[in-house]
Amino acid sequence: MEHTHHYRDGRLCRRLAEQIASMCAEDLRIMEVCGTHTVSAFRHGIRTLLPRSLSLISGPGCPVCVTDQAELDAFIEIANMPDTILATFGDLMRVPATGSSLQKEKARGKDIRMVYSTMDALDLARANPDQQVVFAGVGFETTAPTIAASILAAHAENLSNYSVYCAHKRVPPALDALMHLSGVEIHGFLLPGHVSVIIGEQAYAAFFEKHRIPCVIAGFEPADMLYAIGRLAEMIASGTPGLENAYGRAVSAQGNLRARQVMDRVFETTDALWRGLGRIADSGLAIGEEFADFDAARRFCVNVRPAAAPAGCACGEVLTGRCLPPQCPLYAGVCTPAHPVGPCMVSSEGTCAAYWKYNR
Amino acid sequence: MKHHTIVLDHGSGGLLSHELTEKIMLPAFDNPVLSRLDDSAVLESQKGRMAFSTDSFVVDPLFFPGGNIGDLAVNGTVNDIAMSGAVPLYLSAGLIIEEGFAIRDLETIIASMAAAARQAGVSIVAGDTKVVPRGAADKLFINTSGVGWIAGDFEINAANARAGDCVLLSGTMADHGMTILNQREGLSFDADVKSDSAALNGLVARMLSAAPDGIRVLRDPTRGGVATALNEIALASGTGIQINESSLPVRKSVSGLCELLGIDPLYAANEGKLIAIVDRACADAVLAALRQDPLGADACIIGQAMADHPGRVVMETAIGGRRIVDMLTGGQLPRIC
Repeated sequence: MEHTHHYRDGRLCRRLAEQIASMCAEDLRIMEVCGTHTVSAFRHGIRTLLPRSLSLISGPGCPVCVTDQAELDAFIEIANMPDTILATFGDLMRVPATGSSLQKEKARGKDIRMVYSTMDALDLARANPDQQVVFAGVGFETTAPTIAASILAAHAENLSNYSVYCAHKRVPPALDALMHLSGVEIHGFLLPGHVSVIIGEQAYAAFFEKHRIPCVIAGFEPADMLYAIGRLAEMIASGTPGLENAYGRAVSAQGNLRARQVMDRVFETTDALWRGLGRIADSGLAIGEEFADFDAARRFCVNVRPAAAPAGCACGEVLTGRCLPPQCPLYAGVCTPAHPVGPCMVSSEGTCAAYWKYNR
Repeated sequence: MKHHTIVLDHGSGGLLSHELTEKIMLPAFDNPVLSRLDDSAVLESQKGRMAFSTDSFVVDPLFFPGGNIGDLAVNGTVNDIAMSGAVPLYLSAGLIIEEGFAIRDLETIIASMAAAARQAGVSIVAGDTKVVPRGAADKLFINTSGVGWIAGDFEINAANARAGDCVLLSGTMADHGMTILNQREGLSFDADVKSDSAALNGLVARMLSAAPDGIRVLRDPTRGGVATALNEIALASGTGIQINESSLPVRKSVSGLCELLGIDPLYAANEGKLIAIVDRACADAVLAALRQDPLGADACIIGQAMADHPGRVVMETAIGGRRIVDMLTGGQLPRIC
């Protein structure tokens, strides 16, 4: 971690911020697509260094937040099946499903385990042969390869009590859907770093060619983000949009080929439901026929009934940059991190939680 | 002792209970008040005000680099008492043990409690042991309560912070919390981290003698970390607190682990550190006193109390930006102490 301090150098960051200010003649709206960027911007005080004319708008980049209500309800249903252990990343625990949450179900005695990796979920399955272990598969291309790898491992050792409920999503189709959504005004995209490590710069080429909007892949340190924002401001000011990779130390043109191969082997693309964006064609990852045995949805015939988002909750608008958290009628009154109504107030990468935590 | 593991009879009050007390507890804690084995400890009273505190310890795992649940249980209550400026004197210890617990482990933990008590200069004068069936508790829980004497007419409490005061931290943040997280299943990074579990009453005594009237608030930032403790002080005193990110001390190994796991060291637990809000005029003297003690060698001024943004903690970030430092909501990780 030694090198991180270079990217947090105060003088360098202030100089980058001054360069940005010199290019911001008119109001600029830049969307940081990734939740980790949202949190990094707040945590390092990056927003307070930017000129008032530049707005950083948070996008649909928090995996828990974009998970549709019906999928959250499906996890609750799985947790309530007999002889079943639901394994999940910690972020999902407190997210409100309809009338419950995994945290509440756990308190009621359902066997729900927080794991740090899918390999821990496999260990659970090996250690509990009389139980079905279902992994709650939520996330983008960043976590999808590890889910795929767990399925390959389970397949290789005939682990018949392991399966995944797959609610994984792909970032590029969501960007395209955003561009078609009315009320969305974005001048440039700060593209996610971690997702891009896997899918590579090339994954955005079609999107860029179609919309000709400035796009820069960025790292997560303050200097990374400020540099990328500067490049976007420059492209916008000069009217010369481009697709650039400003996170070259981690992101290549093709991405992580091995991870992509593992994903391609296990998953096929499918339509998916996104909170705030609705159904988007080819934006989801489903477990392919070859590995259908490991698909919890098929193995247990999980009922996914359409479910409405909580009444009054503006998470869908917040996720798409059409509403800032303080503009939601529930924000800070009814909806707080201790008593969340919508997912954006719960997840550590949620926009509402970040506003509450760092910017109240 | 014939048994190698704890059985339910060890908590029955009968023969095995007595054997446990006589062979393990009494020799380790070794003091005349406890040795009488009466229903209550009878203590000489001190003139003036007393401080009283209690804490329960359910840390998982029980053993970790830098300590175990035993010394943690003693130091935790000693520190809570010391944070009102009191001299900790007597502790009680209540143990709830799960059937099947290894007696050798119990002996190790009791020895750690005794050593920590000796180090802190307190006596464990009352105790109780219960054994519950397998599955009714997780291995071992310890409650300690304690009393201390306040040897002066000073007022040290969270409401006392005033605008202009300096905020001091006695050493590096997050050592305990990150050690425990690193020990958890599946997370054994080969990192050079260890718990900072330590009694702070000696450090407090040094500070009080350096500036008897200049210390306004003392807090040990355990669960919830430095961020949560500072928020409590800001809320109780109605001052605003500003801290500087670049002056916050974090060990390199701990900081690396925090980065890897996405944990903010401001919210991770400490078990041998204190925050002091000190009259600006005395800050240098208190800092010097802290640094004379090995437990305060890395002490530094991390910020100040102010009239602006009352009840809020605000941080100037390393890159020159600003952000709110809020209380911890939800747990970063459960069962750390």
